[in-house]
Amino acid sequence: MTIRVDVIRQAGAFTLAAQFASEGRVTAFFGRSGAGKTTLVNLVAGLLHPDRGRITVDDETLVDTGRGIDLPAHRRRIGYVFQDSRLFPHLSVRSNLLYGRRMTPRVERWGSLEATADLLGIAHLLSRRPGALSGGERQRVALGRALLASPRLLLLDEPLAALDEARKADLLPYIERLRDEMRLPMVYVSHSIEEVARIADTMVVLADGRAVASGPVAEILARSDLRPFTGQAEASAVIVARIVAGGEPGVALVDHPAGRLSVPGLDLPAGRAVRLRIRARDVALAVGEPGLISIRNRLAATVTGLAAADPPMVEVRLDAGGDVVMASVTEGAVQALGLRPGLPVTALIKSAAFDRMSLGPLETDNPQASRLDT
Amino acid sequence: MFDALTPEEWEAVHLSLRVATAATVGSMPVAIFVAWLLARTRFPGRALLDGFVHLPLVVPPVVTGYLLLLSFGRNGPVGAFLENTFGIVLAFRWTGAALAAAIMGFPLMVRAIRLSIDAIDPGLEAAASTLGANRVFVFLTVTLPLMLPGILAGAVLAFARGLGEFGATITFVGNIPGVTQTIPTAIYSYTQVPGGEAAALRLTAISVVIAFAALLASEALSRRIGRRVLGK
Repeated sequence: MTIRVDVIRQAGAFTLAAQFASEGRVTAFFGRSGAGKTTLVNLVAGLLHPDRGRITVDDETLVDTGRGIDLPAHRRRIGYVFQDSRLFPHLSVRSNLLYGRRMTPRVERWGSLEATADLLGIAHLLSRRPGALSGGERQRVALGRALLASPRLLLLDEPLAALDEARKADLLPYIERLRDEMRLPMVYVSHSIEEVARIADTMVVLADGRAVASGPVAEILARSDLRPFTGQAEASAVIVARIVAGGEPGVALVDHPAGRLSVPGLDLPAGRAVRLRIRARDVALAVGEPGLISIRNRLAATVTGLAAADPPMVEVRLDAGGDVVMASVTEGAVQALGLRPGLPVTALIKSAAFDRMSLGPLETDNPQASRLDT
Repeated sequence: MFDALTPEEWEAVHLSLRVATAATVGSMPVAIFVAWLLARTRFPGRALLDGFVHLPLVVPPVVTGYLLLLSFGRNGPVGAFLENTFGIVLAFRWTGAALAAAIMGFPLMVRAIRLSIDAIDPGLEAAASTLGANRVFVFLTVTLPLMLPGILAGAVLAFARGLGEFGATITFVGNIPGVTQTIPTAIYSYTQVPGGEAAALRLTAISVVIAFAALLASEALSRRIGRRVLGK
């Protein structure tokens, strides 16, 4: 799905002037609060209107002020999951779920109440009222309600923001199932790199109402010039690996062209592609054979570049089996190891660095995943 | 004072209930529309409409009644039009009393409904529109159900106001036993004649009972609606 945006909208002292084109099944709108993410997503939904400009999704023009086109929200068929659920308090869960379905022409409907409720694990809640649901349940019902209106694009505006860490990790797999099993194009709004790295394949970086960069997630996160926006502490690589048989209970073995990693907390069958986020600060470097140490995750890599980060740290860029991986080390370590472009090194990653939020399954037909098959 | 009422007193009770009910039911759709206009739209003259709606609250009721007589009386511009076109006469009829009660209760009903609209999260309406509902459908399925507590509160206030309306009613439609004499105007009449105290007291008691019953009924209803609206 291609989303093209070129809009200007002023409200009070805030001006959104964003221009980008995004290809990808799941596009993330990433930025700090106040960057204009919600404004942008409301423009796509048709809840706000640009002063000037144009938004198209694939070949359809949603709004074009120059041509006097502005499709009203109720005719865009774009689903919207809000940060605060916005379930209708006077309706039961079942009626909430079916609200949009009644308004969708029969031929354009897909999915069913039963299948959607099962997929989201809310079948036992159908007769309840929204006021009696927990935060995580509310968001799952909101997801189901948006899905049952059979949208062609789903907007998720910080859907995890109102949840605590445990509930976040619980809800993410459901969103991944929508992505992988229902193959629904999505726009995922977030200020969290870890969510973006796990859910999205493409990202648009917003700052002060402008789109400062857009492109594949791994590429954007690897760009050191975008650190002021993506955050130095969150500098990370996203790599794709495939689960192989033979892991101990609770620990999966995954194969990457640069080496084999053991990852705790992944419960997926062998052969499944997974997406791993590796933060630069979790990567240590060794020159030569590292000897007896507890870190068993080792990737064979070559230094491709050194970039100054917050002193005294240096961000070392590596090529690991064709993927970019980054390591955050001190200037002293750079000198001691003699790190320079072209030097072969071993990247060491503690298994504990892969927490629940930094890994997730990946749809199998993703171009990144299919690269593993060759 | 629990003696049976005289036919004339019954007539007053009956008429009062009819006038207050007609005034409440008749003015409700208009009040909902005006409250929605004031709460959710911006248009030139909005402040003027707001002031106009509230006028009966601040102007002496007798003035309202006299203005009604001037405009809706048989010789007034609106009254003459209604009589010539539709054959409807309001002045000195129970329907005129209902109109007077409706106008006196209107600001109370609009205020209550408007408060309930202000309490509705516009985000819910936005969510409904992303689910494919057009404006009319959003209003009917989201806004209106969430307004119910306010509509109910407004209706009770307007009904009570209609039962108690005196000044505008007596000025516009008079105090004709069996035709336009409501409980308040009947009580007034009984207090003006020797030996009318017992009748006045009976009607007073009935008036208190009706008002109290309406209040209790609305409390019970609003608890039920409130539970629904809060989603519990």
